[in-house]
Amino acid sequence: MNGYEVIHEKSPAFYDLYERKGELQQQTHYCPGCGHGIVHKLIAEALTDLGLQDRTILVSPVGCSVFAYYYFDVGNVQVAHGRAPAAATALKRSHPESIVMAYQGDGDLAAIGTAEIVHAANRGENISVFFVNNSVYGMTGGQMAPTSLMGEVTTTSPWGRRASNEGLPLHVCELLAALETPTYIERVALNDMKNIMKAKRAVKKALEIQKNGGGFSLVEILSPCPTIMKMDPVVARKWVGEALVKAFPLGVFRDHKPDLPAGPKIPVKTVAQALEVEESVPEIASPRRHHTRDLTVKIAGFGGQGILLMGQLLAEMGLREHMEVSWLPSYGPEMRSGSAHCHVSLSHERIGSPLISQPEVLIAMNELSLLKFAPSVVSGGLVLYNHTKLPAGFSVPQARVVCVPASEIADRLGSAKVANVVMLAALLEETECLPTESAIAVLEATVKNPKLLELDRQAMKAGRDYVDTEIEVGAVSQPDGYSY
Amino acid sequence: MRQLCKGNVAIVKGAVLAGCRSFYGYPITPASEIAEYAALLIPEVGGTFLQAESEVSAINMVYGASSAGMRVMSASSGPGLSLMQEGISYIAGAELPCVIVDVVRGGPGLGNIAPEQSDYFCVVKGGGHGCYRNLVLAPSSVQEMFDLTVLAFDLADRYRNPVVIMTDGYVGQMMEPLDIQLRKIEAPEKDWAVKGTAETKKNLITSIFLEPDVLEAHVNKLEAKYQLAQELETRCEEYLTEDADVLLVGFGIVSRVLRSTVDQLRAQGLKAGLFRPIMLWPFPSRELRKAVQHVKSVMVVELNTGMMLEDVKLALNGTVPVEFYGRTGGNVPAAEEITAQVFARMSALV
Repeated sequence: MNGYEVIHEKSPAFYDLYERKGELQQQTHYCPGCGHGIVHKLIAEALTDLGLQDRTILVSPVGCSVFAYYYFDVGNVQVAHGRAPAAATALKRSHPESIVMAYQGDGDLAAIGTAEIVHAANRGENISVFFVNNSVYGMTGGQMAPTSLMGEVTTTSPWGRRASNEGLPLHVCELLAALETPTYIERVALNDMKNIMKAKRAVKKALEIQKNGGGFSLVEILSPCPTIMKMDPVVARKWVGEALVKAFPLGVFRDHKPDLPAGPKIPVKTVAQALEVEESVPEIASPRRHHTRDLTVKIAGFGGQGILLMGQLLAEMGLREHMEVSWLPSYGPEMRSGSAHCHVSLSHERIGSPLISQPEVLIAMNELSLLKFAPSVVSGGLVLYNHTKLPAGFSVPQARVVCVPASEIADRLGSAKVANVVMLAALLEETECLPTESAIAVLEATVKNPKLLELDRQAMKAGRDYVDTEIEVGAVSQPDGYSY
Repeated sequence: MRQLCKGNVAIVKGAVLAGCRSFYGYPITPASEIAEYAALLIPEVGGTFLQAESEVSAINMVYGASSAGMRVMSASSGPGLSLMQEGISYIAGAELPCVIVDVVRGGPGLGNIAPEQSDYFCVVKGGGHGCYRNLVLAPSSVQEMFDLTVLAFDLADRYRNPVVIMTDGYVGQMMEPLDIQLRKIEAPEKDWAVKGTAETKKNLITSIFLEPDVLEAHVNKLEAKYQLAQELETRCEEYLTEDADVLLVGFGIVSRVLRSTVDQLRAQGLKAGLFRPIMLWPFPSRELRKAVQHVKSVMVVELNTGMMLEDVKLALNGTVPVEFYGRTGGNVPAAEEITAQVFARMSALV
């Protein structure tokens, strides 16, 4: 035949015997006149021509070609319905040197798997997708496919496909060609020898592109299904050439490697660096147990007041002193409504519940938090309130109240941001739960900006001084709202 | 050296130490932090992080990466876990190892993002189709989030099966000291994987077995693994159970609250103890039966309407009365609340 190479032997990319098949190991499970056999042959020959067989991984779909792994002597992975592009993505990324092919039918790719194919194409995955479109579900017995033609009678479109009910046939090549990342998209047909030769070139080209790291390619192959269409194989092939090709025009929809911008470089780290094993605040060499005390603290206020950070600093300080610590934030919708709180436990024993319903100490950074949480403080506990005095008519009869105008003090220091450190210092001074050195060490280790660190030192001193000079030892809150 | 670490972060760190270099996920509160941290860390140590187009894609990417022999993980929450069920069934059916984290949120449906333990049936009983099991770990501290993640990869490879770490927003968001013992962890050689090489060309990953006898043999093979896991892999922790009259049973964040409850009850003169399953499947039935030998009553506490309760009742088989206290909607009972519940049921309990 002019211009055609006649091949008389089976490609070595096929097994000699189809042992996985069980019975009839010399023939395929495909029906006489089915297009899958031809597509398999074209792929196998392309793999041999390109010398790719050993490196190839075939991803088989759900559909008639679910058993493609019976035939191809390559690495085989059979996957869930429609998900071949997702599995292929991960296979390829796991082994970039491999050649990964996803083999899918029209139901698999164009119905249940539309998300997966669109996104694999859009990511420009360096894989080759062979999409066999015969306009009908074969394996499940002839149901409508997204590519069924208008008026096509199937078991689930018994009156013929209607635009008003099922929409129009889905054009996958055209759809994917709207994306910028795919490299190669072509639609071919198996209706005659000339088109089969074109299909062969397209299959080979797709694999060649992948071999050269060229990116995503998809070849849609219009294919006959004589059994479901209830046609003689020759008639079915003719039907592909007339009806299918008319609805799905053949041609190249994309054929250039996209010029994608190089992304930022990702820093390379050792496992030790990634796990930050050397970066944490060092624990002191010999902690003195009587310099620390067990405490449960609830810190509450507005988002933006450094509520959560204050709790973390306190937990870090406890950790440095070899204590057991836990920090539990409020999270979820509350965080969006503008209020925030967290629970911190400092303990010399293993900590049970990190949730503190009745704290020993409440740090209320705003009035709302004071009103909401002060009643829950344990009898004999402590409330630190960010103000000069309690709101009129409000008292906390069961606990000592210390009013520390932390925000005012912070403003005077030059930054409202350090109000949380002022309050933290007040807590340490008032409760003596942790030594000052630990607080300073934690701030030094966590605050990288030297200006801010200096401010934090000042805030720490100011908070301590305020409690030291302004608050009387042993004072308790009085019903009129003042601390004496 | 200890570091203050968040639970969700500890999971990613555990995965990195365990040699996981593949993470495929999809954002969902309250699990997104795991994906976010994986997005940062996994590429830095030379791995692949990919945000998939859905949980359905993510779990099938996990399937692909596991087929390729990688240590791979994903993380999600309730609705996302529901979407993953088909894929998890395929993974179990194809005998692929993987680790999936479920940071359980309130359900059913969209529910809310607060902590619940209402995915117990979905995760522990296997929400997907077919005869398979997930191995399920339930950490209750940041250190366990790390340690059990390392263990999860080991178990996944040993049993060639999905391992689920079932946790909640509290343990995920919590910060506690984390002690990382740096060590080299080698994943076992996976000669069954498909790697795109001449040596692995003969391999096939599949879960389809058309012949009834072949499928039955496959199911029996899986079942034999699960029987072995039931023999070898039960894990639990007990606290003051030896002289306990009342045994509290709870897992995850609830077990932390129950530990405080036990202290409170004992301070008030009631001999209480805590039984905490660390593995939810295989369930530590043997250990529980042993723990209740001198116990007068058991009270199960969960953030659901009574799911693990069924396993406790199955294990005890009517030998000890079993009470239940559950909260849902994101309400996590304080120790005081449970203490009050125990005293309210004292006549039934003791």
